[in-house]
Amino acid sequence: MLELLNLLLRNTLRHKLRGFLTVLGIGVAVMAFALLRTVVTAWHAGVEASAANRLITRHAVSFVFPLPLAYRDRIAQVPGVNKVTYAMWFSGVYIDKNQFFARLAVDSNTFFDVYPEFLIEPEQFESFKRERNAAIIGVEIARRYNLKLGDIMLLEGDVYPGQWEFVVRGIYQPRDQTTDPATMMFHFKYVEERVRQEAPDRAGQVGWYIVRIANSDDAAPVSEAIDKLFENSRAETKTETERAFQQNFLSAASAVITAMNIMSFVIIGIILLVLGNTMIMSARERTHEYAVLKVLGFTGAKLFSLIAGESLILSILGSAVGLLGTLPAVAGFQKALPKGWFPVFYVKPGTIFFASISGLLIGLAASLIPVRRILSTRIVEGLRHIG
Amino acid sequence: MERPLIEIQNVSKSYRRDALEIPVLKNITLSVREGEFLAFMGPSGSGKTTLLNLIAGIDKPTEGQILVAGTDVTELNETELALWRSRHVGFIFQFYNLIPVLTALENVELPLILTPLSRNERRAHAQTALSVVGLADRLDHYPRQLSGGQEQRVAIARAIVTDPTILVADEPTGDLDKVSAEEVLALMERLNRELNKTILMVTHDPRAAERASSVRHLDKGELA
Repeated sequence: MLELLNLLLRNTLRHKLRGFLTVLGIGVAVMAFALLRTVVTAWHAGVEASAANRLITRHAVSFVFPLPLAYRDRIAQVPGVNKVTYAMWFSGVYIDKNQFFARLAVDSNTFFDVYPEFLIEPEQFESFKRERNAAIIGVEIARRYNLKLGDIMLLEGDVYPGQWEFVVRGIYQPRDQTTDPATMMFHFKYVEERVRQEAPDRAGQVGWYIVRIANSDDAAPVSEAIDKLFENSRAETKTETERAFQQNFLSAASAVITAMNIMSFVIIGIILLVLGNTMIMSARERTHEYAVLKVLGFTGAKLFSLIAGESLILSILGSAVGLLGTLPAVAGFQKALPKGWFPVFYVKPGTIFFASISGLLIGLAASLIPVRRILSTRIVEGLRHIG
Repeated sequence: MERPLIEIQNVSKSYRRDALEIPVLKNITLSVREGEFLAFMGPSGSGKTTLLNLIAGIDKPTEGQILVAGTDVTELNETELALWRSRHVGFIFQFYNLIPVLTALENVELPLILTPLSRNERRAHAQTALSVVGLADRLDHYPRQLSGGQEQRVAIARAIVTDPTILVADEPTGDLDKVSAEEVLALMERLNRELNKTILMVTHDPRAAERASSVRHLDKGELA
């Protein structure tokens, strides 16, 4: 066995440049595959982060239209509803327009009960609740702008014009890998007070409601019941699960995501072709040697293990190079993107697993044609073959 | 009367090229005793190598029966034939056919991988075989570091290392200079005489054939 392994290792290293280029080719392809899968994962991060027991109630016409604040109490009375909170998209500009992260005005009394994945120290949370213009920011925002507790964040309002000053009173940690670590949240009341003074016609409105339900199996009837409440009103609602709500955001980019998905699998095909080509060349060159091995008594199974083993070594090395290169590539890619483009951007363990398994399967698949050729070549023909 | 080691009965071999059937061997019947050193001679295309390949079980006859040590090799399937060759046949090629990425010792050890011997036993056997051919000091040399004569001696060591029933050699001196050819022939003669190895050799060289205990001539696929 060891001698067989020795022979297949020597065979692998026989054409060093070709072996190196093949490993590099597979490595680059695996890295591109993992990067594409990571981008697709990042697109889906919102969907992944969705909780099964959360519903989103928004304006039936479009997400951009607000809903009356008065809906809150009526929604809370719907059977099956456990808790209701609301949020409003504040937008605004921090430093300049290239600095992107979500800025939400939220009901500070209930929002963090419904979103337990934002982990905040209790004393920070208490401090936040006490101060009108306090804000809680994600750890990623704090890291990116070197912010600490007590620092001032000045936002230039666009949806809500004017200068807005916030004091950082809390920095949350994301509980899960899919939790957005770059969201800024502050008191809805603070915004509402100013809106009442400066634009009273826009007061008393929220962006959307987030409804926590007692039993996730009741999502459909509870959604229906909520929407029924506001049927034929001035602001009809559309209630759906948080997952469906997030997926609606993705629908605009669905063609791009589909293309990326297809591309990632095309890359698998490219790896197969690169390795298959190398293995076919190697096996053809060694037709004579394999014939000699057959003469010595090597069976088909032994020859298969020699050829497939060589193919597997190349594919495993290539996959390892690719996966090692993926982490810096992902970091570089994220750095090159505008700040906050993908708040959740990480290489999923599933991506690494899938790339590794693909590498193994490709290694085996790439050896099938050369193995078939070698086994079907008669010994006397093989001995006549000039590589 | 002692039964011959090899019995070839009415063996014919033809190749098909497109619609054409090309006869290579015609109704060959032949016996070889154990310990015989038989040389096949004849012009190119007379079927010498084909006959050798059939006896060694690396090709199958179109008709006839080949019995080697009681086994009808024409009845064996590919896997059975491979196992049979590994136990019963040592093959010496004209162009040595050593594996270039393996050392002399590893090349000789190669057929032993297929046996249940331990690693140490395999090493010991390979070293002994290389000593027999006079290359005990070339164990770690790669084929490219050896002369043609030395490569052929390594190939002979590889052929004898499993102690096969028969040794088959196809033009073993065809690619060697006179001195090296002489060394290789002397070695084969010694294997036959001292170790009682049954050797079948195809050659064009009358001096090589002189070393054999008997010579058979083939012409146009028939034994003369």
